[in-house]
Amino acid sequence: MEAAMTLHDLQQIKERELAARKPLTLRCCMAAGCMAAASQRVLEGLEAAVTSAGLRDEVEVRRVGCLKLCCEGPLVQADPDDRLYVMVAPGDAPSIVAGLKSPQASLPQADMTAAFFARQHCIVLANSGRIDPERIEGYIAAEGYLALHEVLNEATPQDAVETMVRSGLRGRGGAGFPTGIKWGTVAKSAGVKKYVVCNADEGDPGAFMDRSVLESDPHSVLEGMAIAAYAVGADQGYIYVRAEYPLAIARLQIALKQARQIGVLGSGIFESPFHFNIDLRIGAGAFVCGEETALMMSVEGKRGTPRPRPPFPAESGLWGCPTLINNVETLANVSAIFRRGADWFAGIGTEKSKGTKVFALAGKIKKTGLIEVPMGTPLRTIVESMGGGAPDGRRIKAVQTGGPSGGCIPEQHLDTPVDYESLGRLGSIMGSGGMIVMDEGTNMVDVARFFMEFCMDESCGKCVPCRAGTVQMHHLLDKIVRRKATAQDLIRLEELCDMVKNTSLCGLGQTAPNPTLSTLRFFRSEYEALLHPDPYGPAGKTGAALFPEALEK
Amino acid sequence: MKPRLATVWLGGCSGCHMSFLDLDEHLLTLAEQVDIVFSPLMDVKHYPGGVDICLVEGAACNEDHVRMLHDIRSRTRVLVSFGDCAVTGNVPALRNQLGAANTEAVLQCAYIDHAQDRPTLPHMDGIVPRLLDRVVPVHELVPVEYFLPGCPPPAARIRLMLDHLLGAGPRPSGPDLKFG
Amino acid sequence: MGAKTLMIDGRQISAAEGVSVLAAAGEAGIKIPTLCHLDGVYDPGACRLCLVEIGGFTKLVPACTTHVAEGMEVLTNTGRLRQYRLMILELLFAERNHVCATCVSNGHCELQTLACESGMDHVRYEYRFPHWDIDITHERFGMDHNRCVLCTRCVRVCWHVEGAGTKNVAGRGRHSRIITDLNLPWGESDSCTSCGKCVQACPTGALFEKGATAGEMEHDRARLGFIVNAREKQQWIPPE
Repeated sequence: MEAAMTLHDLQQIKERELAARKPLTLRCCMAAGCMAAASQRVLEGLEAAVTSAGLRDEVEVRRVGCLKLCCEGPLVQADPDDRLYVMVAPGDAPSIVAGLKSPQASLPQADMTAAFFARQHCIVLANSGRIDPERIEGYIAAEGYLALHEVLNEATPQDAVETMVRSGLRGRGGAGFPTGIKWGTVAKSAGVKKYVVCNADEGDPGAFMDRSVLESDPHSVLEGMAIAAYAVGADQGYIYVRAEYPLAIARLQIALKQARQIGVLGSGIFESPFHFNIDLRIGAGAFVCGEETALMMSVEGKRGTPRPRPPFPAESGLWGCPTLINNVETLANVSAIFRRGADWFAGIGTEKSKGTKVFALAGKIKKTGLIEVPMGTPLRTIVESMGGGAPDGRRIKAVQTGGPSGGCIPEQHLDTPVDYESLGRLGSIMGSGGMIVMDEGTNMVDVARFFMEFCMDESCGKCVPCRAGTVQMHHLLDKIVRRKATAQDLIRLEELCDMVKNTSLCGLGQTAPNPTLSTLRFFRSEYEALLHPDPYGPAGKTGAALFPEALEK
Repeated sequence: MKPRLATVWLGGCSGCHMSFLDLDEHLLTLAEQVDIVFSPLMDVKHYPGGVDICLVEGAACNEDHVRMLHDIRSRTRVLVSFGDCAVTGNVPALRNQLGAANTEAVLQCAYIDHAQDRPTLPHMDGIVPRLLDRVVPVHELVPVEYFLPGCPPPAARIRLMLDHLLGAGPRPSGPDLKFG
Repeated sequence: MGAKTLMIDGRQISAAEGVSVLAAAGEAGIKIPTLCHLDGVYDPGACRLCLVEIGGFTKLVPACTTHVAEGMEVLTNTGRLRQYRLMILELLFAERNHVCATCVSNGHCELQTLACESGMDHVRYEYRFPHWDIDITHERFGMDHNRCVLCTRCVRVCWHVEGAGTKNVAGRGRHSRIITDLNLPWGESDSCTSCGKCVQACPTGALFEKGATAGEMEHDRARLGFIVNAREKQQWIPPE
């Protein structure tokens, strides 16, 4: 066991790190998107080019997390002016190295003044694309773990809860419950043992915000968890991350090892009596395990199915103990809030939705990738200014937010500000941050069918409305798409949507009808155009309803 | 004019019709109340027009049944799904569990594998109707006004339903709607 | 333990603190339909048939997992609830292959009885006709997955009354199924004590005693009540 970490040690690590920095850096994106486009070979190419140019002492080639413009990867960001090279091939390395010393470069670059970058406001992604996610020193050099030190030494747990309440941060997993209130409930719950759980079971189709945060800046999540644990009185944390995220898991494992080694996790952190450890729990691929009660079952090693609430996890969670469950992005906001103050955070965003939100832009849009914008930014700014609109001059038809629990927001509502209440009023939800853009060529009934199929396949099977209801709703949607359905079928579909929404056990079932309901609300004519004429109409309309009376003599 | 009553027998075992005959002496009363215009119990070849009530026994299993049901629907004021096969598919629909291509398997099993004498598949265009890929209850094909489940529905329940349809009693409910 | 006074369907009722709305209603003679509740084992709140409306709440809550509270106003039989229950039953009938006519439990089946009581005279949803196996490898009992409603009563009595832990659920969504041990044929199970409690707990004919033909399987639910009563109250009163 090493000696306890002190503030002095932390500062020394930071100073050593900064002193060892070379004058120029080439930052190569090594998050999953660019790696899928072979950025590993780009990184090796850059190393070789630096060596052969004899610039080893002057230039650092740094592995970094997401550089955000995922559609144009592999990405390399270079000094001196943060220029961003796009679609870099390993053979481009010598030119990039040469570019370090010349004002103009011959290789394709992104316009860093474009709205995609200029409109971003990065809190959660502040370190993304800047630090090496596999080196704790990089995080510490960026003020990392300072907030934890300050909280442990200068604040009581109550103060910490109070700071969170004042910040106005709301859960970024989708529902938007005020984080400070949740912390306060767990803090007040009686129990000698408490837990903090990070929900990293991001499973919405098209969503990759949490993955990017974990791949780009894992320590920000660890620090957020440690602060949360101190505030609520927990000594054990779990990160529940899906097995489909091998790179995020690997980087978390490295981060945990380093954090334990230097003593920002473990016992007597920063010479305080506070103990906190974090273990990883790898999900086995069930979407429902993102639902908090199912997640806890899975952490306990049981079949991941939800249970009725109350009791809420804050009172009775893991192994019956009070448990705080926060999403990755929520926790990644924490250290910044403590470092820069609750009031600073509360000054960003709208009245009821504070701070920023990370979105994964995907679908029929020119620029796909990761963006972080202040709450309240209009959807149109995001998809048209930042995302550049639909490709090939097509018109945007709708934006889907909230994944299989969310809804489709039509073009005429694109001026809606992105905040929890506004999206809710349109029958969608903020969700975890997946944003799928659809253009005029998209068949909205087919979209509804896709999401229903997803819910049907991911239903855990515990409660009847979700297990059997999604099967029937999917069948009816399929029938409509295949032009085999009648007006009766559409009525039946709407009845089922209402029933499954109101009777399902957990959020998965309760929200499974949302994509169907919202497309019905805004694109009903598309459904109706696919209906097959019913030769008979409903039973009883053939004059038979009054039949018994008619027969009476 | 007395109401015109028909009964038809699609894909079922005729047990519902046997149960209908179990109305016994009530059949005489019924004969006074209605004109029975079409039934497997009579020798009438074509389903007539202007039928007031039709009891449909059996599920739709083949192309003839489908044609028949559309004819019946267009010539009948009140359709009653009569018995579990008509209401749910019941035993004839068990073959649906075998999947999409169950018809060949079923014919093979019945007419070849278990034939005691001269195994031959029945085929005669225009005479032997083709089996549907999926056996379906009546209301999946045409709208149905009343349902009388049971395998078979006991005679007492058939009487309740007929009395109701003839304006002389409440609509059957509760245990009188028992399946099986 | 204190008593709570509450209103159920307009009737004033007093119930012991900590009991469920389902139990309190039952005691007062108000029957709330359920398929997954079984006296003596915990409630998963899964079948959703016992959902009730509670004054002041917009969400429907399951009566089985909701405790009585002072002044609570419960409605158990509104038009909306009846409509939802009917739909849940229809979904169950359409989901697997429930052929009452050929079932061992015909006439003694909770699903069948609930369908009658709710006025279900046909199923509006298309039957799915899935293919499910029958496990008759056990010497005395059989499991017909076609008739299973996944209430998990068998799993809960096996774990929490018998303590054998033989039965469990595998698969997801519409592919969920009751399994024996680690998905072994029942007859090859090492942990099954052949006590038969799962068979008695089953609301339908999914679990049955071998040798029973259509309509012959009657559940001896009193046997489970006897064991639970003996365990909880140390009273060894044999069932009548």
